[in-house]
Amino acid sequence: MIETNDLSKQFHDFVAVDGVNLSVGSGQILALLGQNGAGKTTTVRMLTALLQPTRGSARVAGYDVTKNGHDVRASVGVLTEHHGLYMRMTAEEYMDFFGQVYNLDPSLRKTRIENLLEYFGLAEAAKRRIGEYSKGMRQKLALARAMIHEPGVLLLDEPTSAMDPESARLVRDEIARLKSTQRTIMLCSHNLTEVELLADKIAIIYRGRILVQGSLDELKRDVFGLPEYVAQFAAEWDADGLALPKGMELLEKTATRFKVRVEAPGELNPILLKRLADASAPLVSFQEEARTLEQVYLKVMASARGKEHVQ
Amino acid sequence: MFNKLRPVWLVARRELRDQFRDWRVLLPMLILTLCFPFLMNEFAKETVDYLNQFNANLVLERLVPISIMIIGFFPITVALVVALESFVGEKERGTIEPLLTAPFDDWQLYFGKLLVGAITPLIASYTSIGLYLWMIHRQGLTFPDGMVMLQLMLLTTAHAVVMVSAAIVISVQSTSVKAANLLASFIVIPVAILMQGEAVMLFWGNETVLWLGIAGVVIIAVLLIRVGIAHFEREYLLGREIDTLNLKWIARTFWRNFTGGAVSLWDWYRRAVMSSLRRIFSAFLIMVVVAAVSLWLSYDWVMVNVSDAVSRASPEALKKVEENIEELPEFSSMSGHLDASFLFLNNTRSMATILLAGLTSFGVLGVMIYMLNIGLIGGVYALFKLLGVSPLPIFLAGILPHGIFEIPALMIGSAAVLYIGAVIVTPQTGKSMGEVILEMMADWAKLFVGVVVPLLAVAALIEAYVTPVLLLRVLGGGMR
Repeated sequence: MIETNDLSKQFHDFVAVDGVNLSVGSGQILALLGQNGAGKTTTVRMLTALLQPTRGSARVAGYDVTKNGHDVRASVGVLTEHHGLYMRMTAEEYMDFFGQVYNLDPSLRKTRIENLLEYFGLAEAAKRRIGEYSKGMRQKLALARAMIHEPGVLLLDEPTSAMDPESARLVRDEIARLKSTQRTIMLCSHNLTEVELLADKIAIIYRGRILVQGSLDELKRDVFGLPEYVAQFAAEWDADGLALPKGMELLEKTATRFKVRVEAPGELNPILLKRLADASAPLVSFQEEARTLEQVYLKVMASARGKEHVQ
Repeated sequence: MFNKLRPVWLVARRELRDQFRDWRVLLPMLILTLCFPFLMNEFAKETVDYLNQFNANLVLERLVPISIMIIGFFPITVALVVALESFVGEKERGTIEPLLTAPFDDWQLYFGKLLVGAITPLIASYTSIGLYLWMIHRQGLTFPDGMVMLQLMLLTTAHAVVMVSAAIVISVQSTSVKAANLLASFIVIPVAILMQGEAVMLFWGNETVLWLGIAGVVIIAVLLIRVGIAHFEREYLLGREIDTLNLKWIARTFWRNFTGGAVSLWDWYRRAVMSSLRRIFSAFLIMVVVAAVSLWLSYDWVMVNVSDAVSRASPEALKKVEENIEELPEFSSMSGHLDASFLFLNNTRSMATILLAGLTSFGVLGVMIYMLNIGLIGGVYALFKLLGVSPLPIFLAGILPHGIFEIPALMIGSAAVLYIGAVIVTPQTGKSMGEVILEMMADWAKLFVGVVVPLLAVAALIEAYVTPVLLLRVLGGGMR
């Protein structure tokens, strides 16, 4: 698991990370979102004991990043911003090198290398020099390297950035599988659709500070307020006589649709739907107004910039 | 222990494999290994033919070891290329981060790189030497004896380690391969000077001196390795600093450390200078001990060797010396040449020399110059004794008055240089090597300006205006 407490990093006069508090348990995926230079990579580097925090603390896989750097590094798998592949090596040699780095015995190493290369579709190119690989193949190999020692914690920086849709899907499936095996995963990504699909928790970082964090639903609620539902009719229908259940607020109404804000959708929506049916409303659809992670992200960022502007 | 060393070999082996796939490393190494013994052999043949005309057998005998040292050195130059880009090259290629996130200790990574930097060039170097020896054997030239060969092999190995460890220090501290290559002259020039010195030692043929030389090179190698490990920082390697000379930052850092935040001259002395004096206290004590040792050594050496030489000298030689002494000007007429500003500038220059020499050798050469300066007193004292003149009154009149100021100044300045060397080889968490050197330079400058210069100025005034008067009184103007 990953736990940080007031984690901060300052380079001379520049504050890269400022008082970050995160908690990611086993079998959870946390997505860290933010602009380039917001502090994501610095946070990951502190969590891999590459950088020493200037303030605060962090524990990764049960080890303190300041005191047990060696143990932290042995327990995490990292996909770095730069893949760091040795171009004159073959994929097989490269994986074997890292297998030895993590002290895997030869037979286990061989099996893992075969399985990972096979899974990522690199088995046929295993004996080719990495320099001859495409960008996507390199990305997959770097990811396979991060997994060779089956670490309990994975820190993945843009895991699908250079991949074709098929490979990206493969990687997403693998991340989901790893999650199901109780791994702790931290994901830095600009692909918000992917984050929506994978993440249990999302944190948005701006200029080193975490602006918001929580599950996607929590973020939506925090940023946009209560969920909103739209009822769409096949023809004009007068909804004036319709009594909304308590806890529902009418936001807008036209002849063919209306929008309500709902405090407890699970409880109130069935009541409203029953009333609509009783009133023989020509209902075509009743669905939550789409509020994507992208909207949440953009609103949070705009708000942060606005506050900054005011200040 | 094996488990601790395993990662070292792992890092080295991977890079070795990489090296042997890179023709840009292999080709020069092969050329240097295979061609230079032939070239050197041809040169040696021509030299032999030439020198045989003069029956200069001794020169020929000494030429072979020097040739072996040079031949062994050429392939080692490749080590520089490999080692210079060991860390900074990986940083530029973006391969450093996965390596740094691996569960290696700093020293394991460091020694892995050191090993790979030295191993291939050394193999090439030994091969080259072997090839040359085979050629010598075929020509029937005199083979160096076993001890000299052992010394040559040790020297070659030490050269490789010195160059690789220095290159790695540069590689760890550089922000680009280009910058590292530019800084390489700081390795090439001192090593070239070092080899000239070693060539002189080989020509001299004094085994003991050569052993001392080898010991010196090994100490430098060990110190360089220590510096490399002390300043190895994963954080710095991942930094994004660019190669811009930040003069503002340099000036600010220096000034901040020089002034120590003082608000007045008195405050500066009280806070900044005193704290620097406290910091160098241990080094100062070492300087006191070193002074005592050098005084005794030079006194003893003169008493033993000079009296021995005088007793063995021919009457003609002694007469010649006497004639030379006769030719010296009267002491009273000499005093006019030694004005205070000359003395002050001369002593200041000595202090600057100690600093420069110390900076290039972790303080060691600086201390050696200091020893020489202090040692002279012991030697001169012994000479007076041998001449049958009571040295004590001369020393009380000729050295003590200005020495009270000059010797502590010399001790403080040299102690500060030794302290710089000690700090450079000590881990300084969170600071780049440049930062550490700037802080140390500011510390030295503080002591130089605040303590050494005033003491030297007072000493120069006394030496110019008081010491000659006292000496004339003691010697009565008759001593040449």
